Formats: sequence, structure tokens, C-alpha cells
Amino acid sequence: MTRVVITGAGTINPLGADVPATLEAMREGRCGIGELEFRDVERLSIRIGGQVRGYDPETVFNRQQLALYDRFTQFTLVAARQAIAQAGLDFKGELAARAGVILGNSGGGMTTLDDNYRSVYEEGKNRVHPFVVPKLMNNAAASHLSMEFNLKGPTFTVSTACASSNHAMAQAFQMVHGGITPVMVTGGSESMLCFGGVKAWEGLRVMSRDACRPFSANRNGMVQGEGAAVYIFEELEHARKRGAEILAEVIGFAMTSDAADIVMPSKQGAARAMAGALRDARVDREEVGYINAHGTGTAANDKTECAAVADVFGAHSDRLMISSTKSMHAHLIGATGAVELLACIMALRDGVIAPTIGYEEPDPECALDVVPNEAREARVEVALSNAFAFGGLNAVLALRRFA
Amino acid sequence: MSSIQDRVIEIIAEQAVLEPADVTLDSTLEDLGIDSLGLVESIFAIEEAFDISVPFNANEPEKSDFDISSVRAIVAGIDRLIAEQS
Repeated sequence: MTRVVITGAGTINPLGADVPATLEAMREGRCGIGELEFRDVERLSIRIGGQVRGYDPETVFNRQQLALYDRFTQFTLVAARQAIAQAGLDFKGELAARAGVILGNSGGGMTTLDDNYRSVYEEGKNRVHPFVVPKLMNNAAASHLSMEFNLKGPTFTVSTACASSNHAMAQAFQMVHGGITPVMVTGGSESMLCFGGVKAWEGLRVMSRDACRPFSANRNGMVQGEGAAVYIFEELEHARKRGAEILAEVIGFAMTSDAADIVMPSKQGAARAMAGALRDARVDREEVGYINAHGTGTAANDKTECAAVADVFGAHSDRLMISSTKSMHAHLIGATGAVELLACIMALRDGVIAPTIGYEEPDPECALDVVPNEAREARVEVALSNAFAFGGLNAVLALRRFA
Repeated sequence: MSSIQDRVIEIIAEQAVLEPADVTLDSTLEDLGIDSLGLVESIFAIEEAFDISVPFNANEPEKSDFDISSVRAIVAGIDRLIAEQS
């Protein structure tokens, strides 16, 4: 099977408008969570989130593009432009015919939906803009990305709630690994921070009103964020021939379903996904130096995830590092695995482990090295990235340092 | 009358990314580079501007009771709809 490497990365998220800014924020343990700013926010009981700030769509896209691009599509294109520029790929001929796009997304064009429901229900208007449907559909971002860069191979969107991006990237990995295409563009995007989006999450009563503190005994829920990250997954030989810079190697993945509960996580489902990723990557558990946790900051997720890590790694679980960068960028739902892969790349390539910030009190049920509050330097050979979604759908990716 | 015409030309020009002066009554949407998606967006803008409902079905534009063969035809159609619907 073909080896698969990452040759480009791009992002826009609450920590930064590109990869260097995001990694710098992670190294410094900066928090991108703040007071939410949008219409009707005063009618919400949850008023914090990881919003992308300082981003002016009109400086990036023209009026006609903005008529068609929901915020989640805009984020995707911003991230993809960076990733493709870094990879230095020009898609034409045979490469264009084979390369495609697989993106993760959960809510689709939630702000488009919210704005238009508001206009017909609340304002009583009887007419909506003709592009509402092409703007809100979940595959809009993947389609616009394929149009902008002439990507004519397999292109679709994966929607598995909080595991969407990991499922998407696992599929893209599999396509390159299996020789279907030498290059795939993959990652995820999400933008649900609008009145209706946050109101729906409020209903579940799993959201924190003040902070995301994964693994800390005083954690009190998740915080939602928005943004995107996009990567170039490429055949190793294809990348080598053109002298591309290699950020990390993707070595395996596993997907499992808990088949148990629509919201409560399962230790067995998470453990089977991590163990499966190690098997697929053909690595010993002792080789894993870092796990980017799902680490949502809910009571249920964090203790279940830690128990699953202890089950899979045994005595080695006390030697590896596990951190949740959601403490900084919040939970980007369908984009979260994509943004979190940046922390794995930083660990492998730069030898810097992103911290779990907001860590205040040890929890005996989360007794692992969660890299509390401050980044750490360490040489890591293999990293895992966990995503465990509502619906009991789990996807874990394994990456190796490329030397 | 002329203000309706000016407003329609303004909407069409904006859609075509042209100056209103470059849009004449004899121009066709094809001349102006407005595709099917641009056409439905223009009709939406016209409906919003004049608070009218334009009977147009993108599946069978030729059968719609609204002539889009030129800017002149569109303006005439809108004049008629405003008169009928006000």
C-alpha cells in the first residue's frame, strides 16, 4: 500500500487566521473563547464561544461569491487556499481528473438557515433569496473548493457530528493509500454560531457558561467554536518527486460505532477505535507519545475517554501525553478533528505538545498527563487524534513523525 | 415610468458587474453575461425592489408569463406587474 503524507495545511479558527498563528497560540496556551457577538445573543443563556474574529469576508470574496458562500464555505476556501499554496500543487490534466475533496461538516449553512427562517417566520416575509438552498447544503463547501481548484475526482461531504472531519480525513487517507488518487484535499469546516445554532445546543444542557476545562475536576461542559482546517494528503512518492515539504505521515485509522446510545459515550467504542488505529498503522502502543483527545470538557466524555486510554495503553498510559486543545479553540463540531490535527502535526514536526488550558483541579477519573496549562517540548514518534461523536460514531487517526 | 426603468437597469447592471450606462434597452441577458443563476437572482432583486411577484419558472422560461428576451421586455413586464399588483 502507498504511504500517505501531508504536504499542505491551512486553517482559520478562533486561535488564528492561518497555521503559523494557530500553532503560536497553541504553544502559548492562548484562549480563543470569548463573549459571543451576533443578533439576539441576549436571548441565549449560553453566551460564550470560539468565534472567528477580525475576519472581513468582503476583503476575501467578491459580492457574487458572498451571495453563494455561507460562512462555513468561506472558512473552507480560506483554509484550502493556504493548504494548496503550501503544497504548491497545480491541478490539471491527469492529476485534476483524479484528485478530489472530502470534507467533514455537521450543521451545513446554519447561519443561512437561521437568517432565512427569521425572515419568513419572524418578519413574515414571503420571499427568500434564490440561493438559500445552494448556500446551506452541507456539500456546498466541498463543491466550491472543487470548482475553485479544478478538482474532478471523488468529492463529497461526511457528516458524523463531532467526528465528521476525522471520518472525512480517514476516507481521504484510504483513497490515497489504496492508489485511487495520488492527492486528496481533506479536512472540515463548521459555522453554527448563530442564535438558532446555539439555542439548539443550549437545549441539551451540556454547554458551559464560563469556560471549557477538559479533564479538570471542576469542568462544567463544552463550548462551541467555528472555523475550518484543510490538508493535502499525498502519495509519498508523488510528494518526493516534486520535492514537496512533508509535514507528517498519516499511517492509519479506525472507525467504530458504539451501537449503544445517541448521546452518551462508550468506553468500549472509544477503546476499539484507538486500538484499531494502532493495528491499522502497525505500531506498538509504546510508540505513541501524544494523543490529541476528543476532550470536550463534559463530565461524561472526559472520564470515559481517559478510561478508554487506560484500557488500550495499560501501563504506557502513564507515560504518554494527552491534551485537549478544545480548551483553547472550543469545540468546532464537524471541523474539530481537522483543526486538532494541527496539534498532532506540531507535536510530531516541531516537538511541541499543545497544552490543556483552564486546568484547575485534578480529577481522579482523568488521572493522565493532560499537559496542564503550559505547552511542553517533547520528541514524539507517533500521535493519535481522537474524535467521538454524538450518535456513538468514533474515528481515530494515527500519524507518524516524518524524518 | 423612467424611474422604474432606471431601477431595473441598475439591478441588471449590478448583476452583470457593469455600469448602468453600459446596459441598453436592446441588450439581452446573454449579451450582458447573465446566466440562469444570475437571472433568478435579478428577478429576486426586482421583486424586492418593487414589492411585486414575478411569475417566472426557471424550468421553462419560455412558457413563463414574463418576457425576458431583452431589457426592454423586462422593463415592460415589470411596468405591467406593478400596475396589476398595486
